Amino acid sequence: MGYAFSSGYGILLLAFGVLPTLYAIFLAFTKNGAFVGFDNFVKVFGDYRFFPAVQHVAVYLVVWLVSLTLLVVLLALIVHGVRSRWLSTSVRFLYYIPGALAGASSVMLWLFVLDPTVSPVSGILRAMGLESFVQTVSIDNLPVIFTVIAFWTGAGGWIVIMYGALNNISADVMEAARIDGAGAVKTAWYIQIPMLRKWISYMGVMSLAAGTQLFVEPRVLSQASKGVVPPDYSLNQLAYLFAFRQGDFNGSAAISLILLVVAVGLAAIFVFRGGLFDRE
Amino acid sequence: MTANSPALASAVADRTGFAPGRWLGRAVAFVVAGFFVVFFALPMLWLLFAPTKTARQLLLDNPFSVGTFQTLADNWAQLTQFQNGIIWTWLGNSVLYSGVALVITLVVTIPAGYALALTDFKLRRTLLITTLIVMLIPNTALVLPIFLELSAVKLIGSPLAVILPFSFFPFGVYLTYIYFSTSISRDLLNAARIDGSGELRVFAQIAMPLATPVIALVGFFNLVGNWNNYFLPFVMVPGRKSPVQVGLAELLSNVPLFNPTSAGSVTIDLPVLALATLVSVAPVLIIFLFSQRFLVTGMTAGGTKE
Repeated sequence: MGYAFSSGYGILLLAFGVLPTLYAIFLAFTKNGAFVGFDNFVKVFGDYRFFPAVQHVAVYLVVWLVSLTLLVVLLALIVHGVRSRWLSTSVRFLYYIPGALAGASSVMLWLFVLDPTVSPVSGILRAMGLESFVQTVSIDNLPVIFTVIAFWTGAGGWIVIMYGALNNISADVMEAARIDGAGAVKTAWYIQIPMLRKWISYMGVMSLAAGTQLFVEPRVLSQASKGVVPPDYSLNQLAYLFAFRQGDFNGSAAISLILLVVAVGLAAIFVFRGGLFDRE
Repeated sequence: MTANSPALASAVADRTGFAPGRWLGRAVAFVVAGFFVVFFALPMLWLLFAPTKTARQLLLDNPFSVGTFQTLADNWAQLTQFQNGIIWTWLGNSVLYSGVALVITLVVTIPAGYALALTDFKLRRTLLITTLIVMLIPNTALVLPIFLELSAVKLIGSPLAVILPFSFFPFGVYLTYIYFSTSISRDLLNAARIDGSGELRVFAQIAMPLATPVIALVGFFNLVGNWNNYFLPFVMVPGRKSPVQVGLAELLSNVPLFNPTSAGSVTIDLPVLALATLVSVAPVLIIFLFSQRFLVTGMTAGGTKE
């Protein structure tokens, strides 16, 4: 009976989870259907755009993960400490609502915010010496810009999750800490943060995996800035260019496979070692 | 514990509010939280006002000034006239893709989560572990592999190339699995079976009525994620078949400010682009506003084991 109930999902899992992976593996190791070993990978690694793209993504990941972790934990702790229920709910909602603008819409909105001529914060941009959109999106600023956009869109969701996890810490433990004279900072450091550890690592792994896939932000910014943001900034963009500009599906599959292996690896480590999912 | 122990003193101080250090801490926390309220809310607020202004007002006026209703109407007219109302086509595509995908998702996901939670079969553990792993893979990681696969079977450009991948939602299966395994006991189902109900009847009459909250949750995440998805439809269904998210980026190439080469052809003013951005997210924004309560009440997104 279990088979009947899960068959629809099973078919989709095969068609859009397992098969594309297998097919990407096949393409990555062949050329015109003939096995070529690691040739496609060698070619991709040798491409002059490959290592700059790796570097871009790596720098972005460092900036993004550090700021995400610090700020989300800090904000969750603060919001959790707010006594007034009404205030706490409203603040969480305000943090969360930009999540409605994921994808191209959020980048589009940030195009405006980053353009000193129309930006609501043009004063801040000018104070930083940025007079035009092209200056703002110069390549050295991009890791920070992508971090700000990603944080704006996604941090609220994580704050809500961390808040939920903080709520699950038993009231007895918190009361004991208070009676022992621990202030808010000590309680956070010695009790709340250690108890959030699983969730923090969950957020870290998920964001790391998602960050390696960077695509829509540089893609839209590249379109908007007429190439000031290069069209091959991230690895996924490069894989896209291989498939769509050069018609080289094998090279594209090789890059996708590298990204996929990273993602699956992180996911698998987390499922088997992270402890968040062990029910059985 | 004696009366003059620091612990008691600070507990007393907490109650009476006499502790300068603590007040300073609160003030800092308040400022940090407040700064981020502004950070998260300000761009949204700007986006609400921008479409009511003309391009000139947008450049020269205070960023948070409100224009006129007439200007909003003019911008709306310009948006809907662009390429003979292609915005409607894009919105229609979005509704078609995410709507059909939503139905398929619910039809396949809920029974699958139920089967994983409450029935035994040989591949159950394999299916569960595969689901967990695929669920944690960012969906963009599979876009190009799926594209390569679907182009091998010549499905690119067909609505199915978007709808079917949209309907594959392992996170939903996991949520349903967690829900059923914590909220319904096997004994209850066995009792129904002893009373002579068939498996389908047990599912339809006992499990389903209890599943409303998780159906809503799965539907919410699926719909929001698909509506906002850019990469997948961008490669699968280009041109007139694009959903609104992809169309939005298309509009961008007709804004002279961002793309000087388009001067002379039909152009899009900045406030119109802002309006289009607002329109493209309006459905999701409305869903968010209505689900406000359950979104922020400490929903832990399916990971906990309680």
